[in-house]
Amino acid sequence: MKGVSIIGVGLTKFGEHWNAGFRELISEAAGKAITDAHVDGQDVQAIFGGCMASGRLLGQEHIGALIADQLGMNPVASTRLEAACASGGVALRAGIMAVASGAYDVVAVGGAEKMTEVSTEEASTALGGAGDQEWELFNGATFPALYALMARRHMQEYGTSEEQMAACAVKNHANAVNNEFARYRKAVTIADVMKSGYIASPLKLLDCSPITDGAATVILCSSEKAKKYCDTPVEIIASGQASDTLALAQRTTLTEMKATKEAARQAYTQAKIQAKDVDFAEVHDCFTIAEVMATEDLGFFEKGKGGPAAAAGETALNAKVSINASGGLKAKGHPVGATGIAQAVEATLQLQQRAGKRQVSNAEIGLTHNVGGSGATCVVHVYKRL
Amino acid sequence: MKNATPLIWRNSAARYNLAGNHCETCGKDYFPERVVCPTCRRRGKLSAKQMPTDGKIYSFTHVHAAPAGFEHETPYYIAIVELENGVHLLTQLVDSPAEKVKIGTNVKMCFRRIFEDGKEGLIAYGFKFKVV
Amino acid sequence: MVGIVGYGTYVPRMRVKVDEIARVWGKEGARISKGLGINEKAVASFDEDSCSFAVEASRVALKSCGADPKGIGAVFVGSESKPYAVKPTATMVAEAIGATPEMTAADFEFACKAGTAGVQACMGMVSSGMVKYGLAVGSDTAQGRPNDALEYSAGGGAAALIIGKEGTVADIDATYSFTTDTPDFWRRQHAEFPRHAGRFTAEPAYFKHVLSGAKGLLAKTGTKPEDYDFAVFHQPNGKFPLRAATMLGFEETKAMQGLITPFIGNTYSAAAMIGLCSVLDVAKPGQRILVVSYGSGAGSDAFKITVKEGIEAKRPKVAVLNAIEDKEYVDYAGYVKHRRKIKSL
Repeated sequence: MKGVSIIGVGLTKFGEHWNAGFRELISEAAGKAITDAHVDGQDVQAIFGGCMASGRLLGQEHIGALIADQLGMNPVASTRLEAACASGGVALRAGIMAVASGAYDVVAVGGAEKMTEVSTEEASTALGGAGDQEWELFNGATFPALYALMARRHMQEYGTSEEQMAACAVKNHANAVNNEFARYRKAVTIADVMKSGYIASPLKLLDCSPITDGAATVILCSSEKAKKYCDTPVEIIASGQASDTLALAQRTTLTEMKATKEAARQAYTQAKIQAKDVDFAEVHDCFTIAEVMATEDLGFFEKGKGGPAAAAGETALNAKVSINASGGLKAKGHPVGATGIAQAVEATLQLQQRAGKRQVSNAEIGLTHNVGGSGATCVVHVYKRL
Repeated sequence: MKNATPLIWRNSAARYNLAGNHCETCGKDYFPERVVCPTCRRRGKLSAKQMPTDGKIYSFTHVHAAPAGFEHETPYYIAIVELENGVHLLTQLVDSPAEKVKIGTNVKMCFRRIFEDGKEGLIAYGFKFKVV
Repeated sequence: MVGIVGYGTYVPRMRVKVDEIARVWGKEGARISKGLGINEKAVASFDEDSCSFAVEASRVALKSCGADPKGIGAVFVGSESKPYAVKPTATMVAEAIGATPEMTAADFEFACKAGTAGVQACMGMVSSGMVKYGLAVGSDTAQGRPNDALEYSAGGGAAALIIGKEGTVADIDATYSFTTDTPDFWRRQHAEFPRHAGRFTAEPAYFKHVLSGAKGLLAKTGTKPEDYDFAVFHQPNGKFPLRAATMLGFEETKAMQGLITPFIGNTYSAAAMIGLCSVLDVAKPGQRILVVSYGSGAGSDAFKITVKEGIEAKRPKVAVLNAIEDKEYVDYAGYVKHRRKIKSL
């Protein structure tokens, strides 16, 4: 297998793009990435796109072809991948495999979601497609409800508090203040989170990531050719992916994501590192409890200690491990298909020392963690400078 | 899709009466029923089995923001219930006073409307649970 | 002899007080309560209807007596508040209790006596040997137009009786019906709420038919009020059944055990049947019960019932009068939300 590196990244601002549709968003992100990578359109040999719910949100399927078409890149092979909120992560993995296998030298991997064309209820219903429609969503569950069921068990089993979960939101909002691509560049306090109103108890509005539009792209190149295009390529030194039951009720535990643990195990083995070697991580904080669990399942903290660690500031920028320097899904926004790629963009910017005021000092090893649904898919990638 | 008539009809035995199945090879019970036993796979031998209708709350949440079709029922409880045979399922909790909705509280199955396809469409009935 | 093999009831948990309804319309709650003999009424929640009620009551009946649901050859559900105008409630009930598929099923409508009409149909099928057991259910989520007199009384509930020959907990010794064309209460096709003829619903309607039904049964069986330990009448309010009892020569006390409307309102097709179930909760073997249902339009079904040995073992775990103690009050706003009386619902 060949080494694979990121040679260029592109991101739209995350937010409510009333004046931009799916086509404009992907074109902007891809255009920026291609420019950043100093590649020519014709250098890109294949496209992989992550998108979760365009059919439900836009009535548009066949996203792979649409991307190639809109970028003026026909007849290049272009394929959509879907794994709910991990669509970006699995698209990235597909791109990595395609280059690592030697099939291609340069591929573009994008992720996008245009979520604000429909009402909040319709968007929630579409997101519900990430769970078990027949047996869980059918009965009135929502995604906040599924994560709330995990939070309640975590509180029961480990004494995690609502304030500790709120600390994740507070920290992510603080980080997003310094991210010009983030949706919410506004600091919040624990009190703000605590009084923000229940969505699905114990989760409140400010525990939840927002329905957001956005797109992200990375250009991948075989590591042996990466420096031909880019002075500071970032190598993806591990890619792990695992699955779990679609239905939350079928899990043997609600306080850990087995798919995260397995994907992390694969990634740490491939990268020949341990959790303590990771300097910063972009973790999938669709809800604050998800960040608490991710920091435990990825091995940064013992099981049950994720909440206290967040509350103690151990996950803040340049603390023990910098978690979600970008602001995370919580404050940067969560255009579901784009999220996995946006995480890779942030890892690249951090390792290239391009993260501005949110720069993690001495960033050597970064990790991204992208979850589909309530944990039925998990993708973990590890990055370092080539 | 929730309003798919064949789906609502096909799942009615499970939704009305917790009809699940059981692997004769490993002894595990499944609800909803599985086509393949995830433990035994090809060696599994699955046969129909009724789930018990009593259980206890394993986890719960009070839902204030509902998806389409449930907007008028808020706030409502969603719970994962552990049935007496250890099987977990996700359900709404109804007729349950807030002070009694706790992890470990005993609950039993009841029969309710689950979902209706607008005012003129099909009504899906089935299990919900209530605090005993 | 044909009789009741098992019985069960269901009353929704929510209650709205007559006082609270009166408050909204600027009326004197205490006076209305006293006039109707109703303190509060049971209200179906948002996700309940006459079908879900019927299933719950039928499950209690089956579980209590231990009858094999596959032995049920007929399911008849009587209601004036069906969830579907076309699509039987009875098939859903039959499926939910495990009686399908070798059986027959149908919905009955006869205002408040559709449930006992089902009992009579089951009696005929059981007696003739067509079926082993028949299940007759009366179930309603009664609708009263806001600010109509009916709004104070229209409640919700269900009762299910399994009719058979073997293992009866009470025998139905005789039945008698009295039927005429009397327009005291109706709901036109597609109309949301029923209309009623005010005071006309009393003398020429309720009392004429209930008294005639009772007298006809007494004459047919050669019995007198003294021969009965309990009397249950259709109970559109808390007053009519007591007046009917007195007019027939029954002591009021004999009607009290079966008088449930003061606590849950008029449950229409279920009303007389829930009253009967409450009597079966306490009646001793050998005791006799007179039941007279009434349905607008109009007719009455009267039954002479004798309680059998062994009833103690087959009673539901919770008696009707205890079950209705599990309740939760809602205000008028909660009531109109759950009953979908807000126009946009």
